[in-house]
Amino acid sequence: MLRDMTIGQYYPVESPIHRLDPRTKFLGTIIYVVSLFLFKTFWGFLLAGGFLVMVTILAHIPPKYVLKGMRPMLFLLLFMMIFNLLLTPGEVIGEWWIFSVTKEGIYAALFMGLRLALLVLGSSLMTYTTTPNKLTSGMESVFGFLKVFKVPVHEMAMMISIALRFIPILLEETNKIMKAQQARGADFESGGPIKRAKALIPILVPLFVSSFRRAGELAEAMEARCYHGGDGRTKMKPLKYHKGDLIAYILLAGLVAGCIFIP
Amino acid sequence: MSLILDKINYYYGKGTAFESAALKNISLAIPDGEFIGIIGHTGSGKSTLIQHMNGLIKADSGSIYYNGKDIYDKDFKMTDLRRKVGLVFQYPEHQLFEATVIKDVLFGPTNMGMDKLKAELAAYGALKAVGIGDDLIDASPFELSGGQKRRVAIAGVLAMSPEILVLDEPTAGLDPAGRTELLNLLKEIHETKGITVILVSHSMEDVAEYAERLIVIDEGEIKYDDEPRKVFAHADELRKMGLEIPQCTELMGKLADAGLNVDRSCLTVEEAVNSIIGAIS
Repeated sequence: MLRDMTIGQYYPVESPIHRLDPRTKFLGTIIYVVSLFLFKTFWGFLLAGGFLVMVTILAHIPPKYVLKGMRPMLFLLLFMMIFNLLLTPGEVIGEWWIFSVTKEGIYAALFMGLRLALLVLGSSLMTYTTTPNKLTSGMESVFGFLKVFKVPVHEMAMMISIALRFIPILLEETNKIMKAQQARGADFESGGPIKRAKALIPILVPLFVSSFRRAGELAEAMEARCYHGGDGRTKMKPLKYHKGDLIAYILLAGLVAGCIFIP
Repeated sequence: MSLILDKINYYYGKGTAFESAALKNISLAIPDGEFIGIIGHTGSGKSTLIQHMNGLIKADSGSIYYNGKDIYDKDFKMTDLRRKVGLVFQYPEHQLFEATVIKDVLFGPTNMGMDKLKAELAAYGALKAVGIGDDLIDASPFELSGGQKRRVAIAGVLAMSPEILVLDEPTAGLDPAGRTELLNLLKEIHETKGITVILVSHSMEDVAEYAERLIVIDEGEIKYDDEPRKVFAHADELRKMGLEIPQCTELMGKLADAGLNVDRSCLTVEEAVNSIIGAIS
């Protein structure tokens, strides 16, 4: 059930995009997202869409897989498009009961829908091509300047990477506990909502207990290895810019130029 | 009261690019009252196999018969099977959740629809059988020691009065004393209650001493299904599967190779000592 979540899942292949420095991809995604909100016409979206297609092809990710990431957003997308379609005032071209469809409404629905779709597709591309570890170390580096303002950037990045690392472990643990309780006759599928909620107790209590146990063990293991936070900590694989990153930044500069020149 | 597995096949990740066979054509008969050991290397499919025995995993092909009834039949009641085939998972103490020991042990029998009095009797009986004293039954299971927790968890399955008790690596993480204690406990339950016990392990020492029948699984296939002595005669093949033979058997084999007239098939220290004394005197 929880297995077919593609949004945010790393897609392990070799590609120029996968090899890019996570900082490049992170900044690139921010520029891309901001550009989507600056464009006022479809011409801008054509540029952004072209950029998206290019990155997808370069990343060797099957388009079907990328589109699958849209599925959880589909409801929100339709919801927003329908509201825009029906509630935008302007030149009426069709009426039905209390609703009226306007020319501006059709335009707004398509415009907003396309913007959201491009937004989701673009940002999921980053997580498809970047491992969680690289992602957090990229974020740590990009937001590093905040340390001046006493923001615990390293600690937050570490927390995010630990949380991401534990998702599959906890899923597996849940699965195991469910089976163990089923072997003792637990039934999660029948009965009303209250009975079903109660049936979750034999899963949630052991899951909480084991999460705390794991957290304690991890903390001890980190302390045993002299972990003391980010100060003076070096990396086994320091982030380094390569030639590909330069090309990526040039292309991104093109996107920025597009933002400025395309109305 | 028997369990028969007939040509069971099971695949991981069925229908995806990562599909791989976990169990291949497994056929197995488990009659009443045996003490069976299942051994295999990590990832050999032994845990997957035992989860078929109480219907937690459904085979992709093949059938399983419990007392002559096909468990994949539409009108077969899976709860009955789960009650009769008690499955104790690895680290079963991780499944404890109730506020007191007795309440936790009652979870299984209550789910199986036993009335309150009967369930309580079964729970007390099971706790007694695993050696948890009256002073602990109202304690929180989270306050107990590791070995006690595990015994409470086993009692939780035992309280459903199963006819077949399947345990997945029950001695994992226990100290040598706790290990011997637990295995003796299983032996006692097996002998006094007449329950079929299936012990899954990757440790030969565990199963050699207690099991009457040994099933060796490698890469999802049954390689041997025989008396322990006969299985351990295939020392070289077992080593190739990443399995060790019991230290005593190994030592006796080496002594016999060196020319001493001893019995190669010794399984326990006692047997080995007697055989060596016999050869020397």
